[in-house]
Amino acid sequence: MNASIQDIPGTTLFNGREALKGYALNRMCYSFNQAENRAAFLADEASYCRRYHLTPAQRDAVASRNVLTMIAAGGNIYYLAKLGGIFGLNVQDIGAQQTGMSLEAFKEKLVQAGK
Amino acid sequence: MAQIVGFIGTSHVPAIGKAIAQNLQKDSYWKPFFDGFPPVRSWLAQAAPDLIVMFYNDHGLNFFLDKLPTFAVGAAPQYVNTDEGWGIPSLGAFRGYPELSWHIIEQLVADEFDPVSCQEMNVDHAFSIPLALLYPDRMHYPVRVVPICINTVQHPLPSMKRCLALGRSVGRALASWPEAARILVMGTGGLSHQLDGARAGFINRDFDQQCLDALISDPEALQHYSVHELVSLAGTQGVEILNWMAARGALAGGARQVYRNYHIPISNTASAVQVLEPLRQ
Repeated sequence: MNASIQDIPGTTLFNGREALKGYALNRMCYSFNQAENRAAFLADEASYCRRYHLTPAQRDAVASRNVLTMIAAGGNIYYLAKLGGIFGLNVQDIGAQQTGMSLEAFKEKLVQAGK
Repeated sequence: MAQIVGFIGTSHVPAIGKAIAQNLQKDSYWKPFFDGFPPVRSWLAQAAPDLIVMFYNDHGLNFFLDKLPTFAVGAAPQYVNTDEGWGIPSLGAFRGYPELSWHIIEQLVADEFDPVSCQEMNVDHAFSIPLALLYPDRMHYPVRVVPICINTVQHPLPSMKRCLALGRSVGRALASWPEAARILVMGTGGLSHQLDGARAGFINRDFDQQCLDALISDPEALQHYSVHELVSLAGTQGVEILNWMAARGALAGGARQVYRNYHIPISNTASAVQVLEPLRQ
């Protein structure tokens, strides 16, 4: 929680403050390691979110499928990736969404980084 | 007496597990990555380790944020790779060596580290994929393993200096292990990548190359980087270089590089594999 450290643009360090804020959301995402929980979420998303006591901001972020909003609500990317997996989204889909690029453009950016 | 036969550092991107499951090793996207492994396996056949001590990070399979250790040492008879939420087939179970685990834990505590010991522990892709790359005859692993998990998920993370010292303590434990064993030390993850935020897709080839060069003969040169500087230079997940630092610490003394492959990109990651051998005394 060192406030003297300069921010890195486009980056949220997942520290104690974020972990505290995001606990309910990350706890729900952790449950998705079990296939039956993924199925239960898909069957009734609203009640599943209630069961894990998501805050209104976290519920809205999940409903919007917007990863930057989920991070702002305390989500940790490793846990959010499990939520993304339910919708068939991998980290490249998520990367494209967060950077406002098409999937093809995001993938190409990575390929270009290797040239 | 135990002998440390070498060090292998490798990336552990989950998509590699998917590519293995779908047999995409010869696919044009994957080939430059998978082609890095036959030379590694040739070396491995000659080095013939029967034991692997692996430094890695858990991504929310065994550890949740309710109880998150900075350093955790597996002390279980078996470690299972279970579903992490995206349905990639399990890479199986890995045979442990609890007696050696406790020997390592005793040395760590004697050296004033405070590890968590785990008599039950599931292992995620960061542990299973590297072993699947070394032993592609799937589900058959001719080694016993000791997993050592480092927190790279929730800040504050341990420093580069601390991880190097942790590895050196483990190296002392291995050097004093009285039984005959051929031990490979491994560090997994990285290299540069960032999955989260508007900076997603960040890669830094120059920094990665600098790290790979320094790991060979001068890992101390990387000690001064703060975790914040690592995030800045290598991305939020590029901090997984901490696992490589610890493993390099366990390979005590001088080393020479046997092999290196570096390829951008695998998914969002600059991938690397590096094999080091201890210099003969």
